[in-house]
Amino acid sequence: MSHEHHDHQHSELGEMDLRVRALETVLAQKGYIDPAALDVLIDTYQTQIGPRNGARVVAHAWADPAFRDWLRRDATAAIASLGYSGRQGEHMVVLENTPQRHHMVVCTLCSCYPWPVLGLPPTWYKSAPYRSRAVKDPRGVLADFGVTLPEGTEIRVVDSTAEMRYLVLPMRPAGSDGFSEEQLVDLVTRDSMIGTGLPLEPSR
Amino acid sequence: MSYLSHADLGGRPNLGRVLPEPEGELFHADWEPRALAVTLAMGASGSWNIDASRAARETLPDYAHLSYYQIWIAALEKLLAERQLVQRDELVAGHALHPSKPVARVLKAADVATALAKGSPTERAIAAPARFQVGDRVRTRSERVDHHTRLPGYAHGRQGVIESVQGAHVFADSHAQGLGEKPQWLYRVVFSGTELWGADAAPGTSLALDAWESYLEPLPE
Repeated sequence: MSHEHHDHQHSELGEMDLRVRALETVLAQKGYIDPAALDVLIDTYQTQIGPRNGARVVAHAWADPAFRDWLRRDATAAIASLGYSGRQGEHMVVLENTPQRHHMVVCTLCSCYPWPVLGLPPTWYKSAPYRSRAVKDPRGVLADFGVTLPEGTEIRVVDSTAEMRYLVLPMRPAGSDGFSEEQLVDLVTRDSMIGTGLPLEPSR
Repeated sequence: MSYLSHADLGGRPNLGRVLPEPEGELFHADWEPRALAVTLAMGASGSWNIDASRAARETLPDYAHLSYYQIWIAALEKLLAERQLVQRDELVAGHALHPSKPVARVLKAADVATALAKGSPTERAIAAPARFQVGDRVRTRSERVDHHTRLPGYAHGRQGVIESVQGAHVFADSHAQGLGEKPQWLYRVVFSGTELWGADAAPGTSLALDAWESYLEPLPE
């Protein structure tokens, strides 16, 4: 990032800081918001709801074939059974990766993302480069993430254009056979559940 | 056509590389979490629905030049002004200058967890049977519409196959315009890469998206 760009960002941040504060003040004075609710909302998405939730869903699916089957039939209910449900995850679909097919999720029109299992979307997911390229050049996008798939693997891009929310179920990494579910959770990366990455390989 | 969305980015060229970032990096300035929270809190007030807020964002004339949360704030200010809940002079002054108007709900701190857990499901029971079944061949509408819609430009007038019937859902196009929920059957439709991108298609790629029934017309077997 150039210095010029950096300085420009800084002055804008000051301006935005004041603008958001003014808005917050007016909304509170008018009685439309409870300022304490804002702190609870921020804390929820900073400390409670994030991609470790999804990692537990994936690890459980790897460990328990009955749960995996439930995810296929009714992902919303299966995921809710682990305690993850609600805003921006009201209607869940799980996309199961196989050696034949890899899934990658995007929202070209805005930033739809399964919040209860992955938390807030990363900046790149909401950015113009990802939203424009994922649908047309998914292999190029994967290359930006340092991921190369075997040539024979089909890439299925899923554009989240309605209120269905998609979670990718990556393939269980080789060499994780004896792992406990807790150990499996640590192999699941956020990006592997969006489809721009793969799970970690077990370290020897 | 007077409605112009600046958010329909799928397939646009030359917008640059994707810049990955680590899992924990959610915000890049102190005001961003406040922008998120104030947007969610006002969304919970029932003064507009999520489709109307998407429409407010995608029609911002300077959409392409704003960061994500700048878009959220600009759209929030627009929605508030349109409904005369907050006027522009109050934002400039930084304090309330006009009387409040009634809102349906005020999200209290104690109710946040319950409200988030409940969410806003969009599936509805409707009397009409689904027009399409899994495996049916369909074509998406090719004409543009003069309002918010969820059929991306790259998928206009394309042939695909129904992969899943997703239930009947609140129709975003109607809902965004304040015309009611008008639920319709929703389908996941799969397209080949070449159907969407012709000779430019990356080999071995396909795409699925969710389409409401009125976006689709049947094709012969």
